[in-house]
Amino acid sequence: MAEENQAEEEEGTPSAAESEPSSEPQENTEEAASAGGGEGEAALTEEPSEEPEDPIESLRGVQAVRSLLGDEVEEVTSFTEGPEEVSMVVPAGRVLELCRFLKEEHGFDFLSDLCGVHYPEREKPLEVVYQLFSIERSERLRLKARLAEGDAISSVQGVWRTANWLEREAFDMFGIKFEGHPDLRRILLPADWEGFPLRKEYPLPGDGFGLSWVQRQIPPDSRPVQPKG
Amino acid sequence: MVQAPEKTDHIVPQTEELVVNMGPQHPSTHGVLRVILQLDGETIKHTDCDIGYLHRGVEKIGENLAYGQFVPYTDRTDYVASPTGNEGYVEAVEKLLELDVPIRAKYVRVITAELTRIASHLLWLATHALDIGAMTVFLYCFRDREKILDLFETAYGARLTVHSFRVGGIFEDPPTEFFLACEDFVRYFPRAMYDYEDLLTENRIWQKRTRGVAVLNAEDATNLGASGPIIRGAGVPFDIRKAEPYAAYEDFDFTVPVGKNGDTYDRYLVRLEEMRQSCYIIDQAVSDLPTGRTMAKVPRTLKPKLGDVYHRIESPKGELGYYLVSDGTDRPYRLRIRPPSFINLQALPLMLQDQLVADAIAAIGSIDIVLGEVDR
Repeated sequence: MAEENQAEEEEGTPSAAESEPSSEPQENTEEAASAGGGEGEAALTEEPSEEPEDPIESLRGVQAVRSLLGDEVEEVTSFTEGPEEVSMVVPAGRVLELCRFLKEEHGFDFLSDLCGVHYPEREKPLEVVYQLFSIERSERLRLKARLAEGDAISSVQGVWRTANWLEREAFDMFGIKFEGHPDLRRILLPADWEGFPLRKEYPLPGDGFGLSWVQRQIPPDSRPVQPKG
Repeated sequence: MVQAPEKTDHIVPQTEELVVNMGPQHPSTHGVLRVILQLDGETIKHTDCDIGYLHRGVEKIGENLAYGQFVPYTDRTDYVASPTGNEGYVEAVEKLLELDVPIRAKYVRVITAELTRIASHLLWLATHALDIGAMTVFLYCFRDREKILDLFETAYGARLTVHSFRVGGIFEDPPTEFFLACEDFVRYFPRAMYDYEDLLTENRIWQKRTRGVAVLNAEDATNLGASGPIIRGAGVPFDIRKAEPYAAYEDFDFTVPVGKNGDTYDRYLVRLEEMRQSCYIIDQAVSDLPTGRTMAKVPRTLKPKLGDVYHRIESPKGELGYYLVSDGTDRPYRLRIRPPSFINLQALPLMLQDQLVADAIAAIGSIDIVLGEVDR
């Protein structure tokens, strides 16, 4: 949402330029305040045309992703107004390059979590979610990459070794294929298990829960074709 | 007269590598963990962990239950530290619902979570020492863990799978006896800890079995996503209670102990100091306990707005995270548990590389895994 607001304002540049004199002094003082607060580096790299008070866009991680990918960032969302729950949707093809860049240049040295999510109604139904963390700056960033059925995504196992088992689990539960993973086999389920349990068309057998999410939510004629595990 | 064999000085020893299967029913693996070791003599050359024996599909179950109904399941992931499992989930849901929890409930959560940390570390110390061969410590630890379980029973009515917290606060304000007993425990426990320390810390056998064993340095620990006492034992002061304070931890004064060498001995020292710090936190929380409500106003059906949150807490094992995706209905669209044991266990092959096979037991013990959480 924040991005939309910003885009609107950028489109309406003439009117913003007209009203600039009134807002300028305020911006300057805020910039000075943030520079004095120990974030001098972040303030320096910031372009003056961007709004410095936006808590999401001024995050170093968000700026880093934007500096590498530019317009390729598909979406920036945040559950809260603040910087704690920022998610960025990035193209799946550039995840490996981006992760390496974020780790080596911007200190995201800790991969908290990696997991899959399945949205059967979307054109690209699979989503891989990365929870990045920088121990030094105590800053969190969530990346999401969307995949079409049958597509593979580059493994980030070479960047953070944490990803090794986590990617195996995502493969085990969703059937997401990770290219370049050295040992992509099932981890929690037996090797001969059929299907991928956390996908939404997979039913949860048992009293009262016999239907899958897809059976409950999507009418039969518009259901996506179930892939074979 | 004995006839000499023809080639006396040409006996070539067989140097084949041996594959040893530890588990899944091995007492020292603390549950159903199967470790496959490739040995050259007594040296471990390759380690592979086979997990999933206890997989129950908890995440799938959670996606088919209402938000509030899933709380008891979180007791059963890390079943020796159930209140922290509750806390992580409940706080994630509260974040999703944008609920403000009363401050008294937060304090009670802190007290309970720190008691849990002590109980979990005591169980770890007991079994870890037992694996290495120290029987007496086991008995002392269980003596003290029993007192904590009694405290849980006083406050919540159960001892192991406590189901202590609800979305929005705690079910009922614990009775006054609970807080009095907490005060007693905090006075008693730091002195009781000398019982274990006298037996272990300076003990030559203990030091020989743990010093320089299963070393994980800071860089590898970070790269492997290890958290909790594993990464702190390697010297990285990463504690979520400090890095991203949740509940009421910003109100309390405590230090984060770190090790130096990242070996089994340092992890032992870190955990012991953590128990002392936990006592210190409980002491502060009980003496500054705010008055007031313990339950926020929570609607009968929980329907969060669209969106996703990741909430994490410092469980006794490390970073316990819950990633929840809401689609606006009363059930989570995606419920992901980030289990600390699972990710810490991933460091085992690196820890065991070129170590002796007898140290595999010490290494597994020092990671402190709970298979209910590894397999979910």
